[in-house]
Amino acid sequence: MTLPSIKLLVDGLNRPQTLLALDDAQWDLLIRQGRAADVLARLAAHCEAADVLGQLPQRPRRHLVSAAILTDRQHRELRLEVRHIQEALARAKVPLVLLKGAAYVMAGLEASKGRMMTDVDILVPRSALPEVESALMMRGWVTAAKTPYDQRYYRTWMHELPPMQHFHRGTSIDVHHAIVPLTARARPNSDQLLAAAITLPSISTGASRALAGTVAVQCLAPADMLLHSAAHLFHEGELEQGFRGLIDLDALWREFSRDAGFADQLVARAVDMDLARPLFYSLRYCHLMLETPVPAAVFARLAVQPGASPSTWQLALMDFLFLRALRPFHATTSDAWTSLARFALYLRGHWLRMPPWLLAIHLTRKLFVRNKPDESESDTNNPQNNGTANIRTAKREV
Amino acid sequence: MTSPGNPDQHTGAVTLSDLPRKELSRRLKGEGLCLEIPPFVTRIRSPFAIVEEGLSTLYAHHRVFEGARHFADFHVEVDIRRRFFNPLCVFKTDGLEPFTPLAAGEAFAFLEWGMNWCISSYCHTWVTVHSAVLERDGRAVILPAPPGSGKSTLCAALALNGWRLLSDEMALLEPETGLLTPSPRPVSLKNESINIVRNLSPQVVIGPVAHDTMKGDVAHMRVPAQSLERGHEPALPAWLIFPKYQAGAATQLLERGKALSFMQLADNSFNQGGQGRRGFDALTRLIDRCDCYDFTYSRIDEAVAAFARLPMPPEPGAGAMQAV
Repeated sequence: MTLPSIKLLVDGLNRPQTLLALDDAQWDLLIRQGRAADVLARLAAHCEAADVLGQLPQRPRRHLVSAAILTDRQHRELRLEVRHIQEALARAKVPLVLLKGAAYVMAGLEASKGRMMTDVDILVPRSALPEVESALMMRGWVTAAKTPYDQRYYRTWMHELPPMQHFHRGTSIDVHHAIVPLTARARPNSDQLLAAAITLPSISTGASRALAGTVAVQCLAPADMLLHSAAHLFHEGELEQGFRGLIDLDALWREFSRDAGFADQLVARAVDMDLARPLFYSLRYCHLMLETPVPAAVFARLAVQPGASPSTWQLALMDFLFLRALRPFHATTSDAWTSLARFALYLRGHWLRMPPWLLAIHLTRKLFVRNKPDESESDTNNPQNNGTANIRTAKREV
Repeated sequence: MTSPGNPDQHTGAVTLSDLPRKELSRRLKGEGLCLEIPPFVTRIRSPFAIVEEGLSTLYAHHRVFEGARHFADFHVEVDIRRRFFNPLCVFKTDGLEPFTPLAAGEAFAFLEWGMNWCISSYCHTWVTVHSAVLERDGRAVILPAPPGSGKSTLCAALALNGWRLLSDEMALLEPETGLLTPSPRPVSLKNESINIVRNLSPQVVIGPVAHDTMKGDVAHMRVPAQSLERGHEPALPAWLIFPKYQAGAATQLLERGKALSFMQLADNSFNQGGQGRRGFDALTRLIDRCDCYDFTYSRIDEAVAAFARLPMPPEPGAGAMQAV
């Protein structure tokens, strides 16, 4: 069975020069797929790096540049937000360890190019959670979890405080104390992650007086950063952003693997952290879908590690599911099985996060308790307000 | 097999009125109608008769492209959400639904609102400002407008009296050049203004009316042919005028401070904040080269006359602030 093609996107990202040969119909498809996958800005960045952006036809180029303008703005605002968080956490006296998109941007990684993010994720020691929460509240962040059930869900069973939103700026912060849920079967050690975290010097020391007395800004060590991204993607049930997650992994691998010792370090750390399986899937699907250059030797080395390789039937099943669900969420990159694959992985995501009894309660509750729509949503989603809808809450249909 | 219509001699262009009605219907229900709405190309699909009606009436002179292989900036549709018992329609752009469904009778208006959303969400190479834009003698007037200001009625009247319509809803400002890009689409009208505009001239063409919307009755006036013909011609801004309809008021044009005008202009811009320095500079340069006024009126004929008398500001460069 042939899967729907993503060749246009992959070629465009990996070899921007090929874009010069596209015809109208191909551009039409590429822009649509790219928008659905949230990679238009990244395409723009790759085109600019390859000196090709200015030669593209005007209409599609406008869409690429537009997306890049939005992500540039997000990055600018992110830097300000990190400064605010840094100042807030001075009270709690824990370093600010950034995760995911925020980390990529602040560390200036390739993975940050054209990447959109809507909130900041941080990692703190579990013991410091109460101080961190109150330090944030003192500076204007308010918890977003509405019901006691939601509060329990996040605090007791998952691995984060309920997301907090700043009452004035409207920005969001997710405070994690582990990189997979407490209730999950895999249990990577957060203390090890925090111990290996790297300080981002230019931001932490800073020149201005305003930064004195604030905490260091850190990100995870390279291998840990990649493993976190892998864990997040392959433990996650909702894969609407799955393609973007794969792109992140591809970018992290390409950049970090320039260092000769990185691959071995990565494999060893994965075994240590009980994350060999997600690493296996990450490298496999990056290689199969994005042509990520992973040497055969690395696959061979990983395959023999305990817990890394799935059984033959399991691998066949995961291929069937992930090769579909990791494609962009768009009609042209889906086939008859894609909906089913996404649903199956949604269930798998929950299965991995919580023990069976808890899973049963949680899903039953979801089935019977419908969340009331936010009052504010009904206003912004009304087109007669001249279209100032919240893009993030828009529903997508495939 | 469709007849080839009447292609323009020079460009081979076919307009929507050249398509047989059956063909229009077939495309809307099939691969989509590929319609040029400068500066964009939009592919539109919908099963609704009112959408077909609205397009046929209001976009008669807009260009259409053949086949399914043309590049389209936006792929939009207004689809059926519920057929019976209070039928509903929903706007989608390439599978994404930014809005909650509306009554099926509003399907054409929904298309227009949805296309506005696409522009303000996806087009950041321009600084977009919620306002009407018209041009005469090479210079453009921008009419920013909160609802209730009577902007649309005024805009329609001006478009019928010597002014070229660039847009009734959205100014597209190019930051690099300071020029306004036209995007001529039907002028949206509400309630009483529908009949007021209908009576302004025998050449006025009004499309289907949607009743009982949140705004009351909504309809659209077709873009005058001369405005559409010059739909690819940008214009340099000259006036920034904040209109206010006030029953019984005398027609009054009052100069307005530039600093205050800047603030209000920024307020009406969808994306200048998101553009950072570039957006700020673009609006600053706009304010510099424009004369800014508050305009109060109650009689449309007097309003049109007042606009005809607007003094032309000097060409930019003569005393204008240099770009940073």
